[in-house]
Amino acid sequence: MSAPAKLPRWADLVLLPLVNLTAALGLAGLVVALLGESPWVAGRLMLTGSIGSQDGLGYTLYYATGFIFTGLAVSVAYHAGLFNIGAEGQAYIGGLGTGLVALWLGDASPWLVLPLSLLAGALFGAAWAFLPAWLQARRGSHIVITTIMFNFLASALMTYLLVNVLIKPGQQSPESREFGANALMPALHDVLAKAGIPFAATPLNAAFLFALAAAALVWALIWRTRWGYALRVVGQNESAAVYAGITPSRVVIGAMLLSGALAGCFGLNELLGAQHRILIDFPGGAGFVGIAVALMGRNHPAGIMGAAVLFGALYQGGSQLSFDLPKLNRDMVVVIQGLVILFCGAMENVFRAPLARLLAIFQRGEGGR
Amino acid sequence: MAAIAQGNPPALELRGLDKRFGAVHANRAVSLGVARGSIHGLIGENGAGKSTLMHIVYGFHRADSGEISVGGRRVSILAPHDAIAAGIGMVHQHFMLVENFTVVENVLLGVEGGARLAGGFADARRELEKLARDYALEVPLDTVVSELPVGLQQRVEILKALYRRAQILILDEPTAVLTPPEADALFVMLRRLRAEGKSVILVTHKLREVMAITDRVTVMRQGAVVGEFATAATSPRALAECMVGRAVLLRVEKAEARPGPTLLDVCDLEVRDRLGVARLKNVNFSLRAGEIVGIAGVSGNGQSELLETLAGIRFPARGAIRLGGRDLVAERLNPKARRALGLAHVPEDRLRLGVVPGFSAEDNAILGYHDRPAYNHGPWLNRPAIRAECEKKMADHDVRPPLPGLRFTAFSGGNQQKLVLAREIDGGPQVLLVGQPTRGVDIGAIEFIHKRLIALRDAGQAVLLVSVELDEILGLADRILVMHGGEIVGEVAGAAATEEKIGLMMAGVKGEGTA
Repeated sequence: MSAPAKLPRWADLVLLPLVNLTAALGLAGLVVALLGESPWVAGRLMLTGSIGSQDGLGYTLYYATGFIFTGLAVSVAYHAGLFNIGAEGQAYIGGLGTGLVALWLGDASPWLVLPLSLLAGALFGAAWAFLPAWLQARRGSHIVITTIMFNFLASALMTYLLVNVLIKPGQQSPESREFGANALMPALHDVLAKAGIPFAATPLNAAFLFALAAAALVWALIWRTRWGYALRVVGQNESAAVYAGITPSRVVIGAMLLSGALAGCFGLNELLGAQHRILIDFPGGAGFVGIAVALMGRNHPAGIMGAAVLFGALYQGGSQLSFDLPKLNRDMVVVIQGLVILFCGAMENVFRAPLARLLAIFQRGEGGR
Repeated sequence: MAAIAQGNPPALELRGLDKRFGAVHANRAVSLGVARGSIHGLIGENGAGKSTLMHIVYGFHRADSGEISVGGRRVSILAPHDAIAAGIGMVHQHFMLVENFTVVENVLLGVEGGARLAGGFADARRELEKLARDYALEVPLDTVVSELPVGLQQRVEILKALYRRAQILILDEPTAVLTPPEADALFVMLRRLRAEGKSVILVTHKLREVMAITDRVTVMRQGAVVGEFATAATSPRALAECMVGRAVLLRVEKAEARPGPTLLDVCDLEVRDRLGVARLKNVNFSLRAGEIVGIAGVSGNGQSELLETLAGIRFPARGAIRLGGRDLVAERLNPKARRALGLAHVPEDRLRLGVVPGFSAEDNAILGYHDRPAYNHGPWLNRPAIRAECEKKMADHDVRPPLPGLRFTAFSGGNQQKLVLAREIDGGPQVLLVGQPTRGVDIGAIEFIHKRLIALRDAGQAVLLVSVELDEILGLADRILVMHGGEIVGEVAGAAATEEKIGLMMAGVKGEGTA
């Protein structure tokens, strides 16, 4: 009797997330009011700060780009029945691959360096996911535990490399030197300026298009290929996969490699597009936001893109908020994000049963007429 | 309801019970009277609303409208403890026992009478011994439940109900897990209960049992009561037609088998589980073209392991399985490779093993065959071809509704099974392994499935049929192997088989033709 209530598809995909989001924002508004600020003013500031201006929109989509990569990474693993908590570490190590190529070939032709750095990012990310995948597939070590551990390993490894190896000589902060000019993702405002359209200078860059392409690719792979079919069979019913002659361990490893590769593309946006160097902790939690994005986007690329933009807007609108309303510091923004994750992710089914009951009453009312 | 006319209130009376689950109208104004000291049968196809009705009576569900009277007094049953207080007991199909508690502990669970077990175990034991004597319900009281055979576990459930002073006992498909001798013992017990003035409601789909033991029988279809009969004045055929709403064939019609060459040969098969316990030992048999071989046995005696080992889901500790000149065990062929050799498998538990419940019908219709060129363009799935194939299967096998995009779990049990069967038959097998083909399947679909299996046999293929429904084995199989304790304990020709003969072997008494 604890089975989740059935909702019509439209309610499941649109109404329930909206109800959850409203509840989260309502509670956040209450907290804002308790802190002595007007929720309406705060809400308006967040909205204009995130999508109401060129500046805000650029930043929102820039953040969203990274979340799309990590969200897709989490969703691919999820379709194979795996909870990949390690997108953070895979993005970190993937960024190392991207950054190394950019440092090494930064002055070569962009037609060489950009594809190579993309490839290196994907390879490094996949490699970082391989060992947890192998341990899960062949030794039954739980992927949640191993990927969490690999996040710590990635963090320690990167700190070591940045402090001792990659650091720019004669500098205090643990950052590499700047990439060569040909190893940068073209920024949107530069491209638009060349076409004669003025746009505010933001870190939004061509990696956004790569993220959209990755979303399309993931959709095609999961729902239109034989490999994706096998992946979904393993994810939803491993016994049936064995019955069908699919080898689950092979599928598990393949899915995690793709997941790690997608997370590994994160550096494309963050390093080549915005920072132009490797620096400490550049993923900044985007791997974990990816989990929330995938959950909220129902693990479908279209939903993930929508959720990524929402979280991008929360990031950007949140920093605008802390800028304009000093009572609401950065921590408050984290509270709002936490509420959204709580309601849309962890507690996404809280309103399911009441909503189903409400809809049933509504339908019966119509049927009775 | 003669008893009512004489002014003697029925033990249990339901009036106008109505229940909806969302759009599903599970019970439509159901009225039912059960006389004191009688056994009342409740029959109907899957989804007819029997379980819902009994769940309302036992307090798992609440009716939207209608009332329940016990002994002429109206009662309000909101939860199982209300039902127990009103003198209603229920024995579920899947027992509600704590496996590692003893019998006494299980019976006392929930009626301990306070933190210190007021009255103590001694009183409870005395009471239980009396009940056991009165109703022929002997059970070793201090044995841990998991060590008891299924038949005795069921007695514990009945004891539990009687200990709680149940006057009305509901039994849900009680014989599904029993051997014929165990079922007979159960019936002796039920008659004893009736003689003591208790009332029994027997929920079942086995017409034979209804005819054998009930006084009256109520038939449900699509949530409503469609007939009530005095058992003595009706026939199995009339009941079946009432259940389905049209004429049905109870007995499968088939021609004499003409067995050809041996297709599948199983030699000295031994299978061990993870703990190293032998689940199958010394299993030898062969399967010839153009015959249906039935495996009879009480569930849990190695049939599932046999099917899974033949299909390639489990690997044996030793032995050989030969098909088309190859040894499937020595080559360690997986299910996909075995399908390519012409070995198809309709698993016992289709939702756990045979399909992905969350997938659409068309995606399930290619499971295991998804590598075939017809369904692919290189790495891409050929969606139009997959849909067309599913539409064809649905038309050929009368799957309703014929919607390939519909989620698999939205189909009824019978239509699910027809789709799985269509997939495995259309794969063009030499040998078809079939486990419990009609479990959870309604009568109309059973008829269809049986005809398909016989058509397959007549086309020169071999069928290995595993079923706990003895009637099904007797009706379909040309040769019957009986399993007990992981071994084949006997073989009987289909024509010479009787229920008594096979029943004895199922209980472990070795029969003729033992290997």
